[in-house]
Amino acid sequence: MKLPIYMDNHATTPLDPRVLEAMLPYLREDFGNAASRNHAFGWKAEAAVDKARKQVAELIGASDKEIVFTSGATESDNLAIKGVLEFYKDKGDHIITLKTEHKAVLDTCKRLERIRQERLDELKMLRLSQLAETDVTQDNLAELSAKYRIEEDAQYQKWASRPTGGARVTYLDVEKDGRVNLEQLAAAITDKTVLVSVMFANNEIGTVQPIAEIGKLCRERGVLFHCDAVQGIGKLPFHVDELKVDLVSISAHKMYGPKGVGALYVRRKPRVRIAPIIDGGGHERGMRSGTLNVAAIVGFGKAAELAREELAEESARIFRLREKLRTGIMSQLDMLTINGSLEHRLPGNLNISFAYVEGEALMMSIKDVAVSSGSACTSASLEPSYVLRACGVEEDMAHSSIRFGIGRFNTEEEVDFVVRLVVDKVRKLRDMSPLYEMAKDGIDLKSIEWTAH
Amino acid sequence: MAYSDKVIEHYENPRNVGTLDKNDPNVGTGLVGAPACGDVMRLQLKITDEGIIEDAKFKTFGCGSAIASSSLVTEWVKGKTVDQAMTISNKEVAKELSLPPVKIHCSVLAEDAIKAAIEDFKKKRQARQGKQSAS
Repeated sequence: MKLPIYMDNHATTPLDPRVLEAMLPYLREDFGNAASRNHAFGWKAEAAVDKARKQVAELIGASDKEIVFTSGATESDNLAIKGVLEFYKDKGDHIITLKTEHKAVLDTCKRLERIRQERLDELKMLRLSQLAETDVTQDNLAELSAKYRIEEDAQYQKWASRPTGGARVTYLDVEKDGRVNLEQLAAAITDKTVLVSVMFANNEIGTVQPIAEIGKLCRERGVLFHCDAVQGIGKLPFHVDELKVDLVSISAHKMYGPKGVGALYVRRKPRVRIAPIIDGGGHERGMRSGTLNVAAIVGFGKAAELAREELAEESARIFRLREKLRTGIMSQLDMLTINGSLEHRLPGNLNISFAYVEGEALMMSIKDVAVSSGSACTSASLEPSYVLRACGVEEDMAHSSIRFGIGRFNTEEEVDFVVRLVVDKVRKLRDMSPLYEMAKDGIDLKSIEWTAH
Repeated sequence: MAYSDKVIEHYENPRNVGTLDKNDPNVGTGLVGAPACGDVMRLQLKITDEGIIEDAKFKTFGCGSAIASSSLVTEWVKGKTVDQAMTISNKEVAKELSLPPVKIHCSVLAEDAIKAAIEDFKKKRQARQGKQSAS
C-alpha cells in the first residue's frame, strides 16, 4: 500500500490509465482542429470528437446532437442558467434553486439578481428624475423613491415589467437530510418561473435529490429543469428521458477523465433553446464557440464509456468499501453524526462530524490520507460549510466534519488503514479537547457563555 | 495551505496537554473561544503564592495552529512571574510559529487564554484574602 492515500474523489478523480492512453495520440500526431473541414488532420479530429460525443451521450441516454462540450461543469452551469434566462426572457425571469447547490449555480444566480437590481435602480433613477426634475443618484434614490412612491408609479411599473437581463431567484431550504421538499418546490413555481436548477448529488454530503419527481413536476408546470449532475453521473444510473431533465451539467474529471472539459446536455425533444455566453466561431451549433479541446474531449468520451460499462459493478464495490469505512469508524468511536441522508446517498460518500474534534486538526493528523473538511478554517471568512449549515448542522458540528470520497482506485487495505488511523487520531484529539472532557463530565456546552472571536 | 515546521512540531508533540485541579486555589483556569467559531482553548496555570507560574496545562479544540499556539505558550509561561506572563503578546506567538494571516486569531486566542487564566487566579486569591481578613 502506498502513502499518501487519495480519498477525496469528490474534489477530483485520478485519470484512468485507459483514458490517458486514448488521449495521447491527440496530444501528438493527431493534433488537428476539429473545425478544419478540408484536410485529413481536421477530419481525424472531427471523427474523434464525434465518437466522444456519442460516448458521453450514451452514458446519460441522450442523442449525440444534444451534447455541447464546454471547459467544465462550472461553464456548463453558467451556460445553462444564463443561456436559458436570456433566451426565454420574454416568458419570465424567475429561477428556483436550492441553498445547497454548488457555487457555480449559486453565484451565477446571485450575479443575475444583482443585474436585475441594478437595472431596476437605473429605471427608478430615470423615472424619478422626470418626476422630481432633479438629478437622482444612489445617495438620494431611497429618499426620492419613498417620496414619489416609485413602486406604485404606473410608468415605472411598465418599464420594470420588461426584461432586465437579470433574474429573480428563490433559494429553497432543504430538509435535515439534505433533500429538497417537493411541496415547497411546487409552491415556489410562478407564471414567471423559467428554470428550476437542482443538483443530482451534493458534493459535500453526497445526498441524492429526487430528480425524477422534480423532472415530472417541471414538465407538468411547463418549467425547464437544469440538473448539475457532476457528482452523480458515472456513479448512479442517469437517463435524461426517464428523469425528464432538460439541461444537464457534466464534468470529465469527476469520472476519471481529464480536467478542463465538461459538457452541457441540451434537450432537443421538446426543444430547449439557450443563448450562448461565449461568442465566436459558432462551434457546438452556436452554443459554445471556441476551438474544441480534442484530446480532452477524447478522454472525456473514453471516461464516459468506462463509466457506463463498469457502473453497476464499480458502484457496488465502492458502496461496500464505504460501508466498511462507516461501520469501522462508528463501531469504535462515540458521539459521531453522519451528515446527509444515508439512504439517498452517493455510494462513495461519507461525511461525518466527529464531535469535539476540529476538522482541520483531524485532517492534519491524518495527513497520509487526503480528505476534506466542512471546517473552512483556512478560508478568510472562517465560516463553516454552507451546505451543512443549510441542513441545520450546528456550527461546531460543521467545524468537526470530514468528507471521505471513495473512488475507483481505492482498495480494501486502504480503507482498513484509514479506519485505524482515524479512530486513533480522533481519540488523541479528544484527549486534547476541553469540550470532550466537559461533555464527558456532563456539562451542557450550550449553557456556557462563549466568547466569540 | 502549508503549515510551518514549528506548527507541525508542536502539533505532533504537544507539550503540557492535560488538566489541573480547577478547585485548587493556586490554579487559574482560562477558557476562551467558542465551539461555533471552531476554536476553544483552555489554559490552566498553577501559580505559587509568590506569583511564579510553576506548571501549565492546556486542552484545545481547534485547528493545528490553535493547538500549536497553546502548546507554545505553556512552554513560555512556565517559570515566569505572573507579571511577565501578562506581557506575552499574540504577535510573539504568531512570529515564533510563522502563522499566516488567516491563523492570527489562533495566537490572539493564546494570549487571551493566558490573561484569562491569570485573571481567574487573581480572583480566587482575592476571594481567599477577603475570607481571611473577614475571619
